[in-house]
Amino acid sequence: MLAHNGIMILFTLLLALMASIMPMPLSIDTFRPDWVLVVLMYWSLALPNRVNVITAGVMGFLLDVLLGSILGIHAASMALAVFIVADNYQKIRNFSLWQQALIIGVLAALYHLLVFWLQRFLTDAVFLPSYLYPVLTTVILWPWAFLLLRKVRRHFKIS
Amino acid sequence: MNPIFKHGPSAQHRLVLVLFCSVLLIFFDHKMDSFDRVRGYLQSLVSPLQYLANAPKQAMIWAAENLVSRKTLMAENQQYKREELLFQQQKMQFIIIKQENDRLRSLLASPLRAEVKKMVVEILSVDSDPYTHQVVINRGANDSVYEGQPVLDDRGIVGQVLHAGTTTSRVILIADLTHAVPVRIRRNGIRLIVTGSGRIDRLIDNNVTHSTDVKVGDLLVTSGLGEKYPEGYPVAKVTHVVQDESRPFSLVFSQPVAQIDRLRYLLLLWPEQPASVFSSKPNMLPKVKSKVSPKKEVVNAGT
Repeated sequence: MLAHNGIMILFTLLLALMASIMPMPLSIDTFRPDWVLVVLMYWSLALPNRVNVITAGVMGFLLDVLLGSILGIHAASMALAVFIVADNYQKIRNFSLWQQALIIGVLAALYHLLVFWLQRFLTDAVFLPSYLYPVLTTVILWPWAFLLLRKVRRHFKIS
Repeated sequence: MNPIFKHGPSAQHRLVLVLFCSVLLIFFDHKMDSFDRVRGYLQSLVSPLQYLANAPKQAMIWAAENLVSRKTLMAENQQYKREELLFQQQKMQFIIIKQENDRLRSLLASPLRAEVKKMVVEILSVDSDPYTHQVVINRGANDSVYEGQPVLDDRGIVGQVLHAGTTTSRVILIADLTHAVPVRIRRNGIRLIVTGSGRIDRLIDNNVTHSTDVKVGDLLVTSGLGEKYPEGYPVAKVTHVVQDESRPFSLVFSQPVAQIDRLRYLLLLWPEQPASVFSSKPNMLPKVKSKVSPKKEVVNAGT
């Protein structure tokens, strides 16, 4: 994992984790994009041999610890969402940036619904439309994150 | 493509492995109480990340505190002076009333109430997870924070400690879906149980019969029955009562007294004895008395 500047991958993932727990005002907080999911999806598209379902599971587990949800909920949902990307990376790579963003949006929605279903199953959570607001910001974030992370990958020659 | 990749397990196998581990984790975390200790360790493991994520906000707060104008400082200062005068006056009365109360309690042969140990803590981060209402505070087991400890702000009950790490701990708020507080109505002493609804401004009072005397505006205070929260602290105000006979129970909503959406400083309590022991068992009495007596001397010396 650490060869060929792999430490940069870890660094970006850690930054994403921090961004997803950074304190925010309540009104903006419902729109917080899924930083970890976006970064994971970029790396699993670009380097599917380095970042894969297991990395996603570990990051989801860390997110569970940081967010205080029941352990395993985010891990399972994130692993499933990233599995779909990792399984179809050759197709998704060929799409244009905005088409990719839409696909990522669908996967982010799936991720949030999976989290909600698991929560609903374990505690009696009630669905609110605001649970899906992060999907919008994730779609908007994707092109910028993609360009930035590609720059990082090329600059540090991560392979 | 990298040749190593072809030898590794396929994506499907990895997915099955991760899902299997997640299901195991969900089962252990949700069903087994002993797993709470593991969560405490995990909490201390990730605390550096939380401190780091909190750094920008801390910097902003620092800047905001250091860049206030002289005028606002003076205005604030004056307000504090006025408040202090008021509190001083109330404190004088309080000391006398406390002495009187202690005397009456000793006449009734019931144990005196000890002064509880308190600690002011600061909030490190608030969860962005919409399904839980939890905050992280900057004190942990090193400062003898323990699981289930009551947490207050300056107005009322905020919640209790969920997992205590070494330097940080996680507090579950009363608005959380999985949290409940035993309370009584201050006006008439009727006991109720208040559960969180997942919404920050609404708590649900469960199983209130239609004949129960509840009115909008009633203050609910802790009853001390769950032995988690000490008795008599305000929890919520009743905002909504619907006594619809077609329902099995009347619908009662209340709003937390503590401003749990704008918390910054919190108060941790160390209640030494199980709360609400107005008339204790005779064999318990000497033990509790010996624990309390030095405190009583302190109070007397202070007056």
